[in-house]
Amino acid sequence: MSAYNFAFLDEQTKRMIRRALLKAVAIPGHQVPFGSREMPLSYGWGTGGVQVTASVIGPDDVFKVIDQGADDTTNAVSIRQFFERTTGVRTTTRTDAATLIQTRHRIPETPLREGQILVLQVPIPEPLRWLEPREIETRKMHALEEYGVMHVRLYEDITRHGHVETAYDYPVLVNGRYLMRPSPIPKFDNPKLDRNPALLLFGAGREKRIYAVPPYTPVRSLDFEDHPFTVERWDRTCALCGAADAFMDEIVVDDKGGRMFVCSDTDHCERRRGR
Amino acid sequence: MYVAVKGGEKAIASAHRLLAEERRGDPSVPELTLDQIDQQLGLAVDRVMTEGSLYDRELAALAIKQARGDLIEAIFLARAYRTTLPRFGATRPIDTSSMVVRRRVSATFKDVPGGQILGATFDYTHRLLDWSLAVPGERNGHGAASGPASQPAVNGRDHAQPGSDLASLGGRLPRAIDALDRDDLIEPEEPDPDDRPVADLTRDGLGLPAGRDARLQNLARADEGFVLALGYATQRGYGRNHPFAGEIRVGEVEIELVPEELGFPITIGEITLTECQMVNQFKGTATAPPQFTRGYGLTFGHTERKAMTMALVDRALRCHELGETPTSPPQDEEFVLSHSDNVEASGFVQHLKLPHHVDFQSELVLIRTLRSEAEARAR
Repeated sequence: MSAYNFAFLDEQTKRMIRRALLKAVAIPGHQVPFGSREMPLSYGWGTGGVQVTASVIGPDDVFKVIDQGADDTTNAVSIRQFFERTTGVRTTTRTDAATLIQTRHRIPETPLREGQILVLQVPIPEPLRWLEPREIETRKMHALEEYGVMHVRLYEDITRHGHVETAYDYPVLVNGRYLMRPSPIPKFDNPKLDRNPALLLFGAGREKRIYAVPPYTPVRSLDFEDHPFTVERWDRTCALCGAADAFMDEIVVDDKGGRMFVCSDTDHCERRRGR
Repeated sequence: MYVAVKGGEKAIASAHRLLAEERRGDPSVPELTLDQIDQQLGLAVDRVMTEGSLYDRELAALAIKQARGDLIEAIFLARAYRTTLPRFGATRPIDTSSMVVRRRVSATFKDVPGGQILGATFDYTHRLLDWSLAVPGERNGHGAASGPASQPAVNGRDHAQPGSDLASLGGRLPRAIDALDRDDLIEPEEPDPDDRPVADLTRDGLGLPAGRDARLQNLARADEGFVLALGYATQRGYGRNHPFAGEIRVGEVEIELVPEELGFPITIGEITLTECQMVNQFKGTATAPPQFTRGYGLTFGHTERKAMTMALVDRALRCHELGETPTSPPQDEEFVLSHSDNVEASGFVQHLKLPHHVDFQSELVLIRTLRSEAEARAR
């Protein structure tokens, strides 16, 4: 791999991405367009997250990758190997030992701390996209803070079904200003966004957008006074570690309706069992 | 035990080994060489170069071999390599009237200065399988093409070979629709000043509304099938723009660069291009007399279908500029430009096969809650 630069991207591209990241940190929740590059990884597999990681990773970092909460899912393995090959940095599965974590669809159960960076892979960055398909329009709506349609949608869900019909990628308001898609994390993880001590960076490669939630930024999941935001709960505990307060994977164990519930966060689960 | 997504590392290594085996196929069959792909699957190479935005026949051939003939995968390989290449500068705008033409047809005039040159084309072949190709041999492929093939096929009595009767034309082959231009019957096309920077989607991303330069770059890189369908739709009434193929030409042009330290242009190479100039429905206003309008297509290699449909869609996307009300998808800039790239589209469609069980679990929890509440109400 010596033909390629450290972390694959050339330094000029990294600088361009870092400038976008700085702007994103300066305006929490605001989507910053950037000159997303074609990566040697398929769009949809985390090209945005990979570019953000490549721009911030240094030789002293300790790197962790999870997909669906697990370090050993195929795409997590593939991305970890990519950075092992192109940077030679140390990798870990331990959330508390990592300085830089790239994730798809989860925020680790172990609380993050100051100095850590969490990079989230984003498929569709625009929270208003299903309500207004046109980028030209949604950019205006953000500029004017015109978020009424989202509240109306949530209201309609409640009148029809008694609940907001969004289970993941649940819309949040960042720093009281920008409506943001938290990437497709389950709403279970939304409260972890609020005033998190770590730096949260979001990268959308195909859609060419970067956004950020700086440490300790208030992040509120949209709700109503009489219908407060709630998260998923299971009446079962983890079959491996007994956790009752973690996000569960549901495993179909036979063809007779048998189910087993286990922690989605494999590091969290292993450490509880190790104790 | 729950193993669905465990052991990812081993699985990936095995998958890559299997992929290499399947790519090679039966080892008793001779392996393809890049020369063979370049020479005998040349149009596949042309498509990969065009949509991969990388003019390099050898790399395109390698990508096709590595991708097992999956051209979108090959385009992806070309793009991912291209993005790592340093930029030394921008060439001077190419001049297609200086093209050494191998094929050149105009549908708007029976004959044009410089003549019509049919060149190598499938256009008038009868699509009958040529069994002689099934067995390698010297004469293969000539069974279907009866008659002498030594002279380039020409249409009409007086058509010119490149370089032969071009002397009277000053050595340049004028565009067929220049005749309309001279009579002011078609909208003028003024070149941009040389110092105006040209949009580059591979560096800056797509801004909307996009300039025509960004639109044309997007369409040139766009998936041929997608653009073909859109162009076809315009012909069937979805954003109709009454096209005539003013000219299609295929041939070689020189590429010039002005190195800063020299200050004058030097030729750095020659590339094959296909250019299509469409002549489209005219418009006029109370103050301006009616004029035909233009659609433009330009692609690497011999990629005529793509260049033609690109010109149709270019014209459709000019609706705002020409004061037409957009009514159909091919005229919808954001729709067309956002969905034309096959590397992006292929990735996002196929990412659905990545694990999504966390999100799905969230949905399951929600739907079970909704159902239990509905059942409680029904009781």
